[in-house]
Amino acid sequence: MTTLTDPPRAGFRLYLLFNDTRYRSLTFQAIALMLLIFAFAYLGSNLFRNLTAAGLNISYDFLGSSAGYDINQRLIEYDSQSTNARAAVVGILNTLLVAFLACVTATIFGVIAGVLRLSNNWLVSKLMAFYVEIFRNIPVLIWIIIIFTIMTAVLPGPNKFRGDSATASMVLDMFAFTNRGIYVPAPTWGAGSSILVLTFIASIAGIFAYRRYTTKLLYDTGRLLPVFWPSIALLLMPTILMYFVLGRPVGLDLPELRGFNFQGGLKIGGPLIALWFALSVYTGAFIAENVRAGIQSVSKGQTEAALALGLRPGRVMNLVVLPQALRVIIPPLISQFLNITKNSSLAIAVGYADVTATLGGITLNQTGRAIECVVLLMLFYLTISLSISAIMNVYNNSVKLKER
Amino acid sequence: MKKTVFLGALTVAGLAAGASAAATLDDVKARGKLNCGVTTGLVGFAAPDANGEWKGFDVGVCRAVAAAVFGDPTAVEFVPTTGKTRFTALASGEIDMLARNTTWTFSRDVDLKFEFVGVNYYDGQGFMVPKDLGVGSAKDLDGATVCIQTGTTTELNLADFFRANNISYEPVPIETNAEAQQQYLAGACDVYTTDASGLAATRATFEDPAAHVLLPEIVSKEPLGPLVRHGDNEWADVVRWSLNALIAAEEMGITSANVEELSAGTNNPEVNRILGTEGNLGEMLGLSADWAKNAIMAGGNYAELFEKNIGETTPIGLARGLNAQWTDGGLLYSPPFR
Repeated sequence: MTTLTDPPRAGFRLYLLFNDTRYRSLTFQAIALMLLIFAFAYLGSNLFRNLTAAGLNISYDFLGSSAGYDINQRLIEYDSQSTNARAAVVGILNTLLVAFLACVTATIFGVIAGVLRLSNNWLVSKLMAFYVEIFRNIPVLIWIIIIFTIMTAVLPGPNKFRGDSATASMVLDMFAFTNRGIYVPAPTWGAGSSILVLTFIASIAGIFAYRRYTTKLLYDTGRLLPVFWPSIALLLMPTILMYFVLGRPVGLDLPELRGFNFQGGLKIGGPLIALWFALSVYTGAFIAENVRAGIQSVSKGQTEAALALGLRPGRVMNLVVLPQALRVIIPPLISQFLNITKNSSLAIAVGYADVTATLGGITLNQTGRAIECVVLLMLFYLTISLSISAIMNVYNNSVKLKER
Repeated sequence: MKKTVFLGALTVAGLAAGASAAATLDDVKARGKLNCGVTTGLVGFAAPDANGEWKGFDVGVCRAVAAAVFGDPTAVEFVPTTGKTRFTALASGEIDMLARNTTWTFSRDVDLKFEFVGVNYYDGQGFMVPKDLGVGSAKDLDGATVCIQTGTTTELNLADFFRANNISYEPVPIETNAEAQQQYLAGACDVYTTDASGLAATRATFEDPAAHVLLPEIVSKEPLGPLVRHGDNEWADVVRWSLNALIAAEEMGITSANVEELSAGTNNPEVNRILGTEGNLGEMLGLSADWAKNAIMAGGNYAELFEKNIGETTPIGLARGLNAQWTDGGLLYSPPFR
């Protein structure tokens, strides 16, 4: 009997790098990497050489000088004397705001449309198919402009609210729908309002605790406690009680027509609404398809088994189908969220001051520092996209198939 | 998309390596055509007509320069640029000159390293409001919503004006003139502000122009002129004196109709020097002797270009105002040709 021995090892030869499957892929990757580095180094050195020849330089000094322009929507303190860097931050916050809002609503639209598209009701499923096909197949820029134009044309201007022959009026004396945006009452925080906020946060925590308790009870004893109404009660009752106990600390600042515009209250600008809504319905159509695919990927046997156990259709969807479908839905959902964030750079089409409009628009144009501004923009979008991916991947790991 | 733009910019900067260092005039001559940067379309100043041919006041300057260099006003490649791309295009050598209602400012001249060779239109920022708003002065605009075309100096002027007068406003940045017009007419903004020439042009297209007034305040100086890169003075001279030739031609009474006749020789030595029948100005510039004659024949003198493209007989309907000759109380003043 001969024992198994290792095959005879030939000494390493250079040609093995190309012929041997053990090394070949590494070799080609190394070559590709070197070519890539070389290409970037060439472009970079070329840029610097030519900028030097033209007497120009790469300088970020402009970020510290005053921007000189005003921005209509700002989440932080900003005026025309603030620096370009601050203008960029204002833009970044606006980008994040609209991206966040659109991600939330697009998901809601998408899940509803995706589930309804599989409805047995012919009308409902066809309506949803119509929604998906219409919105998915027309570019988002067109949607943004259509929605903004409709808002501008249909809603009345503030001057229509003025005078005795006013053709428009405020809803409930609290909300004003104008073609510049929607004005809603803003809360004014009086003394003791912090306690009220804390109460509210505590009641939300209470809801989670209650839900956890009911689940535990269900698993331990099989008793099913009502969840929905107690949750609503927990959410509202303590806060309302505290509101009166503390002597109504929170008031409302109502919008009111003064001068050219409505003053007071909270203004949700027309551009924000148009951009938010357009991104939501557009991306919602894509998400609807992801959701449909996810649901259809769950074997029909699961639904039948659940129904056989006596679960109602709503519970079958919520407890059996959707949790399994999430595994299929989440990865493409991540890329839809990235698309929303990147598509929000179309904001300037409707005059929304996102980072592309402030840093990549007015600042770039006023300082002429095109390369610097574009590099910063690239870094910003890259960072945001990678962060969203990272967060969503954590969530994906939590819902993916757990192998025990 | 972002990456493409950046790499594109790098590549352009790279390809232009030789171009920006060498003498632009030689490059232009060798290429056989002039690359002239213009707007993407502003009727009256630079816009393609129904046949796809570029027409306008700024286009006229490009054609005059091309005619001065080649004797052929059609030897121009028009490169449409936006407010954002114009400076990169010029700095990288993609275009030889920029004639795109660009305001001559200190930082553009000094920091961005460009050479403004003159002024072809003296403008200023104005305000337009609907008449029924009952506003008589821009100082009454406290709290107003203002539509601005973004990517111009108007944003900074606006901020400065309202700050200096200690009144507040809400800016609505708009990408194009057409959109701004739509917003303004729908009442989404109370005021529309841009260069007074642009306001006049915009108002002319309204259904009822009389329902809108231009406020008396002109809040800024906007000298618009062609520009070239720093560091190539010979080329800057060619563009500068081509423009001056158009202005001087109006002053001297040289028009596209009589230039042929005058170039046979006149009693006026300066006319003779401009038209190249006396002296050797063309040679000094590195051009042919009849360079200025060609430039004038391309589209006429300054007055002819003005009247044909933006004057009172056109839909734009601008009066000469500051853009009259100095002899008529305007600011146009060409240095002498000697």
